Amino acid sequence: MRAFADLLDRLSLTASRNTKLTLVRDYLASTPDPDRGWALAALTGELRFDAAKPTFIRKAVEARMDPLLFRWSYDFVGDLAETVSLVWPARPGANREPTLDEVIEALRGASRSDVQRLIETWLDALEPTGRWALLKLMTGGLRVGVSSRLAKQALADLGGVEIGAIEEVWHAQEPPYPALFAWLQGHGEAPSTTSPGRFRPVMLAQALDEAVDFAKLDPADYACEWKWDGIRVQAVSEQGVTRLYTRTGDDISKTFPDVVRALTFEGAIDGELVVMSQGKVASFSDLQQRLNRKTVDAKLMASYPAGIRAYDLLADGAEDTRHLPFSERRQRLEALIATLASPHIDLSPLQPFDSWAQLADLRADPPPGEAQVAEGVMLKRWDSAYLAGRPKGPWFKWKRDPFLIDAVLIYAQRGHGKRSSFYSDYTFAVWTPDETGQLVLTPVGKAYFGFTDDELKQIDKFVRDNTTERFGPVRSVRAEPDFGMVFEVAFEGLQASPRHKSGLAMRFPRIHRIRWDKPPRDADHLTTLQAMLAAQTPAAS
Amino acid sequence: MIKPETLLHPSPAGLYCPPGDFYVDPTRPVDRAVITHGHADHARAGHGVVVATPETLAIMAQRYGADFAGATQPAPYGVPILRDGVQVTLVPAGHVLGSAQAVVAWKGLTMVVSGDYKRARDPTCPPFEPVPCDVFITEATFGLPVFRHPPADQEVARLLRSVAQFPDRSHLVGAYALGKAQRVIALLREAGWDKTIYVHGALEKLNRLYQNHGQELGPLAPATTGTKADFAGAIIIAPPSALQDRWSRRFPDPVGAFASGWMQVRARARQRGVELPLVISDHADWDELTQTVEDLRPGELWITHGREEGLMRWCELNGVKARALAMVGYDDEDAE
Repeated sequence: MRAFADLLDRLSLTASRNTKLTLVRDYLASTPDPDRGWALAALTGELRFDAAKPTFIRKAVEARMDPLLFRWSYDFVGDLAETVSLVWPARPGANREPTLDEVIEALRGASRSDVQRLIETWLDALEPTGRWALLKLMTGGLRVGVSSRLAKQALADLGGVEIGAIEEVWHAQEPPYPALFAWLQGHGEAPSTTSPGRFRPVMLAQALDEAVDFAKLDPADYACEWKWDGIRVQAVSEQGVTRLYTRTGDDISKTFPDVVRALTFEGAIDGELVVMSQGKVASFSDLQQRLNRKTVDAKLMASYPAGIRAYDLLADGAEDTRHLPFSERRQRLEALIATLASPHIDLSPLQPFDSWAQLADLRADPPPGEAQVAEGVMLKRWDSAYLAGRPKGPWFKWKRDPFLIDAVLIYAQRGHGKRSSFYSDYTFAVWTPDETGQLVLTPVGKAYFGFTDDELKQIDKFVRDNTTERFGPVRSVRAEPDFGMVFEVAFEGLQASPRHKSGLAMRFPRIHRIRWDKPPRDADHLTTLQAMLAAQTPAAS
Repeated sequence: MIKPETLLHPSPAGLYCPPGDFYVDPTRPVDRAVITHGHADHARAGHGVVVATPETLAIMAQRYGADFAGATQPAPYGVPILRDGVQVTLVPAGHVLGSAQAVVAWKGLTMVVSGDYKRARDPTCPPFEPVPCDVFITEATFGLPVFRHPPADQEVARLLRSVAQFPDRSHLVGAYALGKAQRVIALLREAGWDKTIYVHGALEKLNRLYQNHGQELGPLAPATTGTKADFAGAIIIAPPSALQDRWSRRFPDPVGAFASGWMQVRARARQRGVELPLVISDHADWDELTQTVEDLRPGELWITHGREEGLMRWCELNGVKARALAMVGYDDEDAE
């Protein structure tokens, strides 16, 4: 338990991806079975317990100490698991610390009342970090900033294999994964990759570089389709096993029962999960109503019906089709979709084009209708096999030009990890009249990338030289009509958002460039953004 | 018996002793001051006469220059000083080099001003010495039961594990310049780290002062020369404010560590961007505070500053008469 607790402790304070990978990999390398397998299951979200409700933990601690001292402690710390782990008044003569394996086995087997008795003896036996880890494990959700993909990458690093090889076998494995570890450490066979309902590592597109790529490519070699603005999914239906996966292999079947019910074929489809009403793709903000929910009700499914816009076929019946050229996969996909006749699965149509100029027109000025909500276009080589990862050449994405506005820097926050000595997270604002009619700056978004290292140094210096107030890690920066820093901010779209003071939220904002030439008075006004929101059309490029 | 307030009472300048006409750790210039230890919020320049341990006087001279007071009177540990019938004895507080409790006795009444203190082991100063008394005056920086400082050697072991795990990065440890920095260095030496430890310029004079007082710190070097690559795998000690300073950019991908009792609370670590919090404190934690009151069982406990409500509540539950002085001008540990 101690090694696991130390791992969570470090992960929770580490922002750097590489550091997290090292921490997880080293833990997996140095911890024996089955503890490391349980830890991996906890990190990848495969194990979830709600064995102890917060109210129970509170009662247990208040039975042992003055409730007033506990309340002040909780007020000071702000997190229940952390407070209890620190204040827990252990009874003397506590037992030996439990191993992670003992904890998990007990939680899996025990009744609720057993668990409550066990929790107290465990809390008595553990030191504070161990208690904290135990409480996080038992109350569901570790929240230490590790995605299941990152945990799998660390596992791949441990075994010196590609992450695709892990993803391919992952869904047939059960915690604590003895066969997986035996294979990765060289004393076991590779697990079978033929289990029904499994995830296949996805193929990703490269961003198109117009200046370089067009000259080398022949339009006749490529198919074009719209780049739909949803989330990438893989829908698998094999021998009665139906599953919906994200592109990183997370199983989201439970969140989309309406879609899973429609998987009446035999095979595996690659496509975009979107909200569809009357066969038309709705905007991403509609899909957001459906994402990240543990449960869904009929009303939500009726208001925001989800569906798959299919664009590839990875298995046709029992046959793996990934080695076939895209042209043939596409033909088979079209035939398969035609047999389904479901409102929850349709085909991403191909857009014929003859020249790159014609493609550029399509992208810049999509025809009326649902193509307007697409993010851009996709190019796929007719003769390309379906390869895991992001191979260079067979698939390109060519997004529409981003929206651009000029906004004024008003707050800067220190970054994390490598950037902890830099003010690298920026809140920017545009002009709007206050109740007296005077123009004031209202924040419209935050961005922490898009600039070069040199620009970061320059902005950091500007922030330090022009700080007006400090609140912990945040600095307020001079922003006056004739003095301040103006950013050209790029973003992918706008959404109405009553939670924000400005009434809108940006999608994927980043600093496009620094407008050293522009005084803040020439920055954009909120009305410009409101008009963009109404029209949702890209700025002229 | 005479009322304790007759011997010592809080005043705007600090704790004042009318029969002896002196202050303890005054926060503004006074004629006569007894100084418990060298931290800046307790030891200020500009007093008429300063009574303190020889070590504390040396620290003050180092920080403020030789003329930091009109006159100085060294009071070694355990040697009483008598003035107008009031006897003042300095005894070890275990906080930093030279730190002392002021034991003030008069007409059969004994009051102990503990200054800042801790009970945990510290290789750089003699341990806290409990003195039976009628009134014990304590601080309560960590006066809530969330503050349970682990053994410092365990925290240093975590630091060394991280150094081994990330050999290409440097480890930058924020530590208060007086006391904490030298304690961390001494603990690293005890744990077997015999490589050069790099130090920020702000620590150099105090390090030398500790060495002149017989504290072994091993090989130290300024962290200002050399290329980035030279600091891979190195441990660097700097004042906490330097952690996020532009100064830290000279090191390869530094792991930000911070040695402080506040690091017990994750949100504090996160707020300061600390990747490796080291819970090493020169102040008494909750268990040390309550244990000290248990050990001494004073007639009254006075609490100068900190989270006094927590300790007051504990006294109420344990039948100890307590009073919060709510004194201002004393910082929490490592306040910026």
